[in-house]
Amino acid sequence: MSTPAAKRLSELLEHDQRDRVLAAALILSAAILPFFFETGSGFIDDAVTALAYVVMALGLNIVVGFAGLLDLGYVAFFAIGAYTMGWLGSGFAYSANGGKGIHVGVTGPISQLPGIHLNFLLIVVGAVITTAIAGAVIGLPTLRLRGDYIAIVTLAFGEIIGRVATNGDDIHFGSYTLTAGSQGITPVDKIQLPGLSEFTSLDLRPWYWTALGMVVVVLFVNFRLRDSRLGRAWIAIREDEVAAASMGVPLVRTKLLAYATGAAFGGISGAFLGSYLNTVNADQFQFGFSIFVLGMIILGGLGSIWGVVLGAIALSFINTRLIPDVLNSVPSKIGLNFDLTQLSFGIFGFLLVIMMVLRPQGLLPERRRRIELTEGVGTGEEQLFEARV
Amino acid sequence: MEAAAVRAKADLSLRERAYGLTRTFLSRYGLILVLLILPVVYGIQDLNHDGNLTRLATNLKDGISNGAIWALVALGYTLVYGIIELINFAHGDVFMIGSFVSLGFFGTVGLTLTTGTFGLIGGLAITLIVAGIACGALNAMIERVAYRPLRNAPKLAPLITAVGFSFILQNIGLLWLGGQFQPVPDLINSQHDLVKVGGVAIQNDDVLAVATTIPLLLLLGAFVSRSRIGKAMRATAQDPEAARLMGINVDTTVSLTFLIGGFLAGAAGLIYALYQTNVWFFQGFRAGLIAFTAAVMGGIGNLRGAVLGGLIIGCVQQISDNRIGSKWTEAIVFAYLILIMVFRPRGLIGEETREAG
Repeated sequence: MSTPAAKRLSELLEHDQRDRVLAAALILSAAILPFFFETGSGFIDDAVTALAYVVMALGLNIVVGFAGLLDLGYVAFFAIGAYTMGWLGSGFAYSANGGKGIHVGVTGPISQLPGIHLNFLLIVVGAVITTAIAGAVIGLPTLRLRGDYIAIVTLAFGEIIGRVATNGDDIHFGSYTLTAGSQGITPVDKIQLPGLSEFTSLDLRPWYWTALGMVVVVLFVNFRLRDSRLGRAWIAIREDEVAAASMGVPLVRTKLLAYATGAAFGGISGAFLGSYLNTVNADQFQFGFSIFVLGMIILGGLGSIWGVVLGAIALSFINTRLIPDVLNSVPSKIGLNFDLTQLSFGIFGFLLVIMMVLRPQGLLPERRRRIELTEGVGTGEEQLFEARV
Repeated sequence: MEAAAVRAKADLSLRERAYGLTRTFLSRYGLILVLLILPVVYGIQDLNHDGNLTRLATNLKDGISNGAIWALVALGYTLVYGIIELINFAHGDVFMIGSFVSLGFFGTVGLTLTTGTFGLIGGLAITLIVAGIACGALNAMIERVAYRPLRNAPKLAPLITAVGFSFILQNIGLLWLGGQFQPVPDLINSQHDLVKVGGVAIQNDDVLAVATTIPLLLLLGAFVSRSRIGKAMRATAQDPEAARLMGINVDTTVSLTFLIGGFLAGAAGLIYALYQTNVWFFQGFRAGLIAFTAAVMGGIGNLRGAVLGGLIIGCVQQISDNRIGSKWTEAIVFAYLILIMVFRPRGLIGEETREAG
């Protein structure tokens, strides 16, 4: 322990341990939080949504934050995940199996209903598979494109999926339609986990803990991925694609894996939200939602995992609490007559601009990103137009 | 034995050559072929069904007048992309504001349904200038606030602020005229048949769109190629550093580019309001994406390309509205966007950006 290197190592380990203790304390306090609120209260309702958004934001963070591929069509994966839940966990396919329905791993009254009813865990697996494939398919055409074109292509894909969801009640497969359009697939099965009774819409604590469990799993996967060979390859591509390729990073596979992984998280969250909100409705899948999630990771700090968690929780509560409850009365107080909740996306847009101009590294920046943005390339006047790749 | 090997080799080279030829052919004409699918298929269908091509011709006529509007918006994208390589995502919403300003200004200038022809033309000309200047100033302001501070940041940063501003403008529009479609007084009696050419009725709105767009395009073309500012713009687009060394004020030039792009968007907003006879706050998002598709289709950075792309996208959109159903139009336009981006990102005429050389 006397050499400087050994001392530095022990410091690093201590630092690492402190981080772990902090994380454990944070998760523990989040786990006991619902005991301080009534189980059907609005706060828990908002908290469940916030946690689902955390999962989604962490997924988008892999694509945008780690790999540096701006994805403006992330809502597509929310949609695909939610529709997987809608198809495989509701009475939507009412004529399946001659009207008797298909049931796998479900108990209670659902197991008598017509339609396809699979266990939630199976549906999550299904959602992961479909969204990962969709992510790779959407990623494929963007591989050779430059950064801003990637953004537009993903946006176009997101919009196409949105259109298909809206008009899907016109697309027939035999006696089935693809989606229920803006009418929505409803009701959707409540989550059934092995060993627990079926969740209800009155008792929100189990939903909260399920969402928290998802967040913990996704967080763990995120940290492990970031420090893995793949994660380092993503960051290398973000920093300099040409350099990464010449160091032997396989661009196609690495990028596709980023799209697929990011999409899969969106799918998990989408399936959960489909069940929790009890409807899968085409109106949920608007372009604005993609920007909402993008706003979360920009607020928190692109590429910074804890920052994204913070950003997602903050923006989600701004959306569900701050704007409708606190700020909504402000315009009428100063003599203006409009509903502030209508303008929430304008507020998010404003937030994007302000954050990007004043604090581009986010609230809790990742170290590497901060260096890049503040001390790194392109601060000189002569590099005005050069360093924007 | 040897002969077989030689023949196999010849076969292989023949196959390779055929493959190579197909590839060149596809990359050169593939996009044009894809573009021709819709009109050709429906042309044949019309011939079988009605025995003439009137319906298709009407679609194309509507497409061209509608496309003239997209061309004006697309020019704004292409000018800005040419000079600072940024997709000005808020441009479509600037166009929307142009429609709103025009609608508001009709009342101010006293244009009503009873105004006479000369009064109408004069009033519309004034409205055009007002809407254009308002949008130009707005666009230049956005550049100053949201893009200029980020010129040294990673390329995605200004794109994100552009998206942010797009939402801000949409919500301004929402506050201004509410969430519903707002009717615009049909000042020009837009559905009135002016002349009939071979069974195709040319209406007042078609004339308005084309007759406003063409002079603006000619003016823009002359401005960019002849005037000092136009030369400065082209120089900055080619190499900003060298332009700066030659004594060109790059910041002013960029601002002016945004001003001109915004002016065209404002003009397009006025025409759109009269053409569609309704406006709403969300029109800009859709128009922006359509116009961007047009700009990429022609080759981004290329002014003629933007006009050509606008006209083509206008036709695609009309055919799709009329035949497939307007609820699928957006999906079809976006599918075109993806196809172009993937198979021919440099567009029909060829892009003119620094990256393209």
